[in-house]
Amino acid sequence: MFGKLTLSAIPFDQPIIMGTLLMVMLGGAALLGFVTYQRKWAYLWSEWFTTVDHKKIGVMYIIMALVMLLRGFADAIMMRTQQAMASADAAGYLPPHHYDQVFTAHGDIMIFFMAMPFITGLMNLIVPLQIGARDVAYPFLNSLSFWLTAGGVVLIMASLFIGDFAATGWLAYPPLSELKFSPGVGVDYYIWSLQLSGLGTTLSGINFIVTILKMRAPGMTLMKMPVFTWTALVTNILIVAAFPVLTVALALLGADRYLGMHFFTNDAGGNAMMYVNLIWIWGHPEVYILILPCFGAYSEIISTFSGKPLFGYKSMVYATAAIGVLSFLVWLHHFFTMGSGANVNAFFGIMTMIISVPTGVKLFNWLFTMYRGRVRFTVPVLWTIGFMVTFVIGGVTGVLMAVPGADFVLHNSLFLIAHFHNTIIGGVVFGCLAAMNYWFPKAFGFKLAERWGKASFWCWLVGFYVAFMPLYILGLKGMTRRMNHYANPDWQPYLVVALIGAVIILFGIFFTVLQLYVSVRDRVTLRDPSGDPWGGRTLEWSTSSPAPFYNFAVLPQVRELDQFWTDKQDGVAYMRPNRYEDIHMPRNTGVGVFMGLFGVVLGFALTWHIWWMAALGLAGMVGSFLVRVYDRDTDYWVPAAEVERIERARLAPLQKVGLVKVAVSSEDEQKAA
Amino acid sequence: MAASNHVSHGHHGHDDAHGSLKSYVVGFGLSILLTLASFGTVMSGAVPHHLMMPGIVVFAVAQLLVQLVFFLHMGTSPGKRGNLAIMLFTLLILAIVVVGSLWVLHNMNVNMMHPALPQMPTE
Repeated sequence: MFGKLTLSAIPFDQPIIMGTLLMVMLGGAALLGFVTYQRKWAYLWSEWFTTVDHKKIGVMYIIMALVMLLRGFADAIMMRTQQAMASADAAGYLPPHHYDQVFTAHGDIMIFFMAMPFITGLMNLIVPLQIGARDVAYPFLNSLSFWLTAGGVVLIMASLFIGDFAATGWLAYPPLSELKFSPGVGVDYYIWSLQLSGLGTTLSGINFIVTILKMRAPGMTLMKMPVFTWTALVTNILIVAAFPVLTVALALLGADRYLGMHFFTNDAGGNAMMYVNLIWIWGHPEVYILILPCFGAYSEIISTFSGKPLFGYKSMVYATAAIGVLSFLVWLHHFFTMGSGANVNAFFGIMTMIISVPTGVKLFNWLFTMYRGRVRFTVPVLWTIGFMVTFVIGGVTGVLMAVPGADFVLHNSLFLIAHFHNTIIGGVVFGCLAAMNYWFPKAFGFKLAERWGKASFWCWLVGFYVAFMPLYILGLKGMTRRMNHYANPDWQPYLVVALIGAVIILFGIFFTVLQLYVSVRDRVTLRDPSGDPWGGRTLEWSTSSPAPFYNFAVLPQVRELDQFWTDKQDGVAYMRPNRYEDIHMPRNTGVGVFMGLFGVVLGFALTWHIWWMAALGLAGMVGSFLVRVYDRDTDYWVPAAEVERIERARLAPLQKVGLVKVAVSSEDEQKAA
Repeated sequence: MAASNHVSHGHHGHDDAHGSLKSYVVGFGLSILLTLASFGTVMSGAVPHHLMMPGIVVFAVAQLLVQLVFFLHMGTSPGKRGNLAIMLFTLLILAIVVVGSLWVLHNMNVNMMHPALPQMPTE
């Protein structure tokens, strides 16, 4: 009836897990109780869960990412504590089987359920606004993508309390991840949570490519597109090209585990190296999928706060595109030591060195953008400068390991761990937090409090160096990754320092949460009435903060890059059109929520071999989709009078300070011309 | 309010990106011709045996190009350039993945699986 699932799947004998479960249940009950007490369920359902508005979906993605950052960081600090303790005779407090799950979950959560949702959320929030569109190309698909990703989150969180998670490392290499060596449900949880969220990611990749290619404002040619949108375009092309490879690799692993096949097994002609090969054909583009939108955000931030156009816009675009293609030509550097010959290793080593060149180009562009600018040292700028310094170190150690000979020494050592945290924290996490501080007013209509934002930045920056510089040294001393216990007491002091660094980062996270709390509390004084709090250059700043649900009452006309900046210079940025038109908008739908929910049922049932329930989940997904297909009432028109009412309310205070002008309609313009 | 008052925004597709009746008819005619030519090469008996294989390969490639140009709207005109670029990029990625994987794994086998050594015992 319940497959492999019995009550003994819940680890009652594990005080750490049960304590966490108790906390989660108490916290969850408190949250649910609060929402019920405030009678907010109807509001949440109709305004948020069922929304197809790209801005709200973006906000939900980012909230999910922040929550998962807490979970992933909890894993991180547990590992740091274990390693600071478990020297020589001491065993530490985490048994090996639990520790292995912790480092696996840490990697998967941080990449798939923290970084990916964060950048997808940012792209959702900003890309349609930057290109002057009213929503993404497929609003329902967007909602579905989010709920599928959320389904993956639910599955991976469930694995903490029901059964266990993979203990294989974050990419679940076979043969360890095969049934013979991992007979439990951990790898199955891994497969299905990643398949669900991977499907969501692929669908949102398609959505954004179409949105960017087909829905730009009139006049916005590709080379007049803001640079963040450019990076988003390349990232989504990479998503569509790379994620199917992950899906196939995991499906083949699933076939091995469920159907008794032998793609990656030791016997019957299986080849585990093929899995490693496939997973890194996805995996290397993946790191650029994460970093490119952050590069875009840094570019927007540094140009806005230097009060200058971005230096070398074209080279930035070409560098982004070059990285996009080259990212498909370096995957083997993740397994130099697997036994390929000198020719293969040399080729991939050289390609790896080449891919650092366009990144170097970008770095100089940012520096020259700041050069002779009037740089305002706001929170986003601090994150950007912190990124530039930190990321360069990470890049240099990366190029160092691109030398196959050096890699043979450093492979799987803590040097590697320090390197990729150097790029992912210094690049992606800093970028996401910079972007959050930069675009927050556009989502909510008020700025984030500077003071706690700066405190958070300094803790993260200092904490990062204290936590990871010792790991470089330990790597050179020969300490390998994923060690539950080590016999060499010389390593312990470095690991204690690293733990201190992690605690400093904990303060950074705490200050970010505090910053959000303080900003919500002081939202009246932090309000952004103009919609352009930073002196922005691109179209998202031309509409109100928060942007109205239709984004733009009148679609902007674009003649050049930084159109909004030019409009401000010409004094035509805040035009009141003499006539509004009806606006066509998509209607909210709960189908995405149900498909995500049935997806969780399907994934959970497959994990535990509960076949009737799996059939139910699949039927539910297909059924909800059919309901959507036959739904004819998917859109509506916002009457012009309603648009006019909203726009007048927005423009009234701006009119008082003399910013607003009344536009001549475009027909009149044509007559005059 | 009549629906015709509503100007549909957001779709700026060029007409160029779609086919016309003429292009579809021409494409259809060409594919029929090429199909007949392939069958003819093999079945008519007029073509010498050693030319049959190269012949149908040539017709097959021509068929592929006809389908791409007339039905999948690939070309160099502004409206079709996007389709062409996406197709070329897809082919590039496929080539990298397939050729790259073959190269990597073959090279690894040659390096690691020395035939002179006795076979490792397998389970």
